[in-house]
Formats: sequence, C-alpha cells, structure tokens
Amino acid sequence: MRSNMDMMIEVQDLTKYYGPTLAISRLSFEVAQGEIVGFLGPNGAGKTTTLKILSGFLSPSGGTARINGRDCVTESLEVRHSLGYLPETVPLYTDLTVSQFLRFAAQAKGVEAQKGNGELSRVMDACGLGEVQHKLIASLSKGFRQRVGLAQALINNPPVLILDEPTIGLDPSQIVEIRQLIKELAGAHTVILSSHILPEVSQLCQRVIIINRGQIVASDTPENLSRQLGHGSRVRLTVCGPEGEVVEALQKIPQVREVAGEGENRYLVVAANDLDVRPQLARLVVERGWELLELKAQEFTLEEVFLDLVTEEEVTEEES
Amino acid sequence: MTNLGNFTAVLRKELAVYFATPIFYVTGFCFLLLGGYFFYSNTLYYTLISFQAAQNPQLASYLNPLQMVFRPLFATLGVVLLLLVPLLTMRLLAEEKKAGTAELLFTYPLTDWAIILGKFLAALLVYAIFLAFTFVYPVAFGTLARLDWASLGACYLGMVLLGGACLALGLFTSSLTENQIIAAVTAFALLLLFWIIGWQQEIGAPGWKGVFAALSMMDHFDGFVRGVIDSRDLVYYLSFIFFFLFLTKRQLESRRWRA
Repeated sequence: MRSNMDMMIEVQDLTKYYGPTLAISRLSFEVAQGEIVGFLGPNGAGKTTTLKILSGFLSPSGGTARINGRDCVTESLEVRHSLGYLPETVPLYTDLTVSQFLRFAAQAKGVEAQKGNGELSRVMDACGLGEVQHKLIASLSKGFRQRVGLAQALINNPPVLILDEPTIGLDPSQIVEIRQLIKELAGAHTVILSSHILPEVSQLCQRVIIINRGQIVASDTPENLSRQLGHGSRVRLTVCGPEGEVVEALQKIPQVREVAGEGENRYLVVAANDLDVRPQLARLVVERGWELLELKAQEFTLEEVFLDLVTEEEVTEEES
Repeated sequence: MTNLGNFTAVLRKELAVYFATPIFYVTGFCFLLLGGYFFYSNTLYYTLISFQAAQNPQLASYLNPLQMVFRPLFATLGVVLLLLVPLLTMRLLAEEKKAGTAELLFTYPLTDWAIILGKFLAALLVYAIFLAFTFVYPVAFGTLARLDWASLGACYLGMVLLGGACLALGLFTSSLTENQIIAAVTAFALLLLFWIIGWQQEIGAPGWKGVFAALSMMDHFDGFVRGVIDSRDLVYYLSFIFFFLFLTKRQLESRRWRA
C-alpha cells in the first residue's frame, strides 16, 4: 500500500451502493495536508455519501478511503480521533443546552478534563456561541444550530475537518463570518467541504472537485477550471460607433472567434484560447476614430464551468 | 481488547438527557406511586393479620413482615418494571437514529461498547434512583417492627438484577428501529414472554419443562425475594444482561454495512 505522508485524505476507487442503486462509482482523489478542497455537485451527486464514508459513518461497497494514512473502515477509531465532522442535516441533541452538548462532544473526543473548559470557550468564541451557551439547543435558530454543529466539529482541534454544506441556512452576514472562520482554519487543518453554492467554493477553496452522478468530472483550482473550459477568453467592450461597422471590424481581427452585439453600443468578443485580445481591440477602435468607453476581460464563472461539465456529461451519456 | 475509553462521556450525556426530559419524572412518579400503594395495602393486610394473631396464637408463626409485606411488594414491582422499563429504554438508540444524532455519536472516537455501556449504565442508574426511593418503605416499617435486613438486601439485589436484565433487553429493541413506540412495544412483549414463560412448565411438553423454567425471569426472581441468593439466579441475570448487550453490539456493527 502506497503511503504518502503529505496526503491527508486518499480515496481510491471508492464505490457505494444503496441496495441496487449506485451512489458513487470508483471515486479517486487526494487532499494534501493543509488544503481546503471543495466538493461540488448537484443534489444527489454523491457528495454527502462520500463525506459519510470518510467520516466513518458508512462503509463503502468497494475501494478504500484513508485519512492521515489510516483506513476509514479497518482503523475507524484512529481515523475518528483525527476528524471533525459536520453532517449535512446538523443533527444535535436538542434536549441539552449548548454547553452541555459541547462538553459531551469534548469528553467523547477524549479532551482531558482539565483542558475541557479552555477548549469549550475556545470553540464557543470561534463560533460566536457565548451568548447562547446556557440555552437549550431546541430553542436556537437555524443559524445558531449551524454554528453549534461547526463548534462540535472544531473541538479538540482535529487535523481533518469534513464539513457538509457548512453555510446552508445562514443569513448573509453569518455566511461571511463562517467563511472567514473556515479560511482561518486552512493551513493548520485539512478541510474538505461540500457545497452547491458556487461563489462560496471559488472563494474558499484552493481546489474544487466536481462530481456528478457519482463520478468525478473535474478536479482543479477554480481559476484553472474556468480557463480550461475551452471556450477561450471573453472581453466585454462598449464602443461609440455605428454598430454594423464595429461588428464587422472586430470580426476581422484574426484571433477573434465571435462577436455579439448586445445593444446600447455594447459588444461581447470571444477570442481563441488563452489569448488576450484587449490590445488589438483598443488599437482598432482608436484607429477607426470611435470612442472606447469600456474594455473588460470577463472570466468564466464557476457556474458556467459547472453547468458545462454537468450538462456535457449528460449529453454524452444520452448519445451512448 | 475492548476499549471502553470514555464511556463516561456517553453516560453523563444520557443522564443529562434523562433529567432534562419529562419521561424520567413521569416513569419515576408512576413507579413510586404504585410501589407506595402496594406497600400501603400489604402493610394494612399485615396489621389486620397481627390483630387476629392476638386472638389466634397459631397464626403468629406466619407473621413475618418480609414474607407478608416485602415479598409480595417486590414481586408486584417486578411486574411494574415490565411496563415501565420499555419507557426508559425506548429512546436510547431509536432517538439517535431518528434525529440523525447517530451520525455524530458514531463518528466520535467512541467504541460501540463505550456507547452501549454508557447508555446501559445511565438507564441502570436512573432505575437505581427510583429503587433507592423505595427504601423509604422498609425504613418506615423498620421503625415499628423488626426486619431481616439481610433478606431485604437479597430482595434489592434481585430488583437491581431484574431491572438490569429488562433494561438490557429494552436497549436491544431500541437498537432495532428508529421508532420509539415500536421499540417500547417490542421490549414489553419480549419481557412479558420471558416473565410468564415459566408457566409453560406445568402444561408444556415433558422434555421442555426444564428449558422453560430455566428461561423464566419470574422463577429466577423468586429466589431473591424469598431472601435466597442462588448462584444459578445470579448467572441467569448476568448472562441475560450480557447476551442482550452483545446483541445490541452486533446490531450497531451491522448499521455501517446496511446504510
């Protein structure tokens, strides 16, 4: 068995069936120490299943998952010692108060009694739970419950964090706070989080793994994914001039593949791969005596990458 | 080696949940209400017989408070246990599955045995609290009449073991389902069956008499309330408890594979 010390999470050919239904099929990926990896996919793609297997809650039907060099099935207890897990539904003991529950989590994770209080106040501070610590969990709002869920995952400072949809159900300012918190965790912790909020993933994660129908369709940095899309770069420009002439002139630039007029003097220019056509465009406009009002490179958003990959997959499947 | 590690974490959490929810107070109240009533009526009967014994000296030899008050009291409380224990145990594992907290519990670094033991001991402790309150009866009685405290000790040991056996079975049925009512009903049916299975020895097939008698909870309980600690009864209850805790462990193990 290959053992790579820098890799905190190693997943190979991971497969899971629920009865006859295939949930994930031969997933393989790795997450390096200190990396934040986003797990992206439409609902039912297998994100949660994969994370449940990594957390040791489910056993895979085939393949292996290793965390910190230890097998998630055969060495489950050791794996669980190095893990903080926030399940998707944020299950909590609603009959307990926040501090009772977190104290239980600390004891269950083997935090020593004399360090318990310090650890408790550390995670409560980090998650902003101080004011509600004596409240029953049943009486908390969704946002606070989410924070309690995150707090229990952070207890005992585990090297690996598995967060299933960590910002779902939070209001915008809470989302910003939690994202900031997750960002701060990077480096010291290895974080794998799932989400279907694309901007979140592109902001937070160094690497994105897109899965669809139980298979990995892409795995790269958000920037690379946008670039690799294969549709070249795009430039948006606003030019004061006769529309027909402008389109015609722009199309004559050799690198330009497509020009679309969008009305009110605005145009969208698509160029061949990885070429910056902005200098040529600017020169052309000036040479023709038109007025250049705006010139802006536009990157493909992760949404477009995502939709593209997911729909492409479906098209090929239908063809075959 | 089985690592029990931090089963006290589970124990404390379960106790906190017991004390935070009404079920503990309601079952405790019912248990003590019934216990108090039985103690009252048994004592009343005993006083009646003592007055008669004053006229009829032959009756006096039957006058034994343990036999006339406490033996029937604990025998009846044993039946009350069959009804109340499923209410104490139904929540233990079924609720974890229903509420999804199983996902937390089973991903914390706790062994299955630590979880089972923590939950079982929490329930046993709660039951022991109920039982401790019943100690008021012999103490009150003891101020007025002489009591054989050693035999009474055997009664209490029997009650603890019987309670432990019922709780272990209840914990097991709670592991089978995520519906608390199903867990309670199944526990009650099984407990009743184990309680009355001894009756079969009078009418059952000849070869099976011994088996039914050996399985009977009631028969093994009877020795304790008569003030006799028989090693067979001890072994019966301890293996009963271990057997059902073991079944619970197997049930938890299979969870990961069946999703």
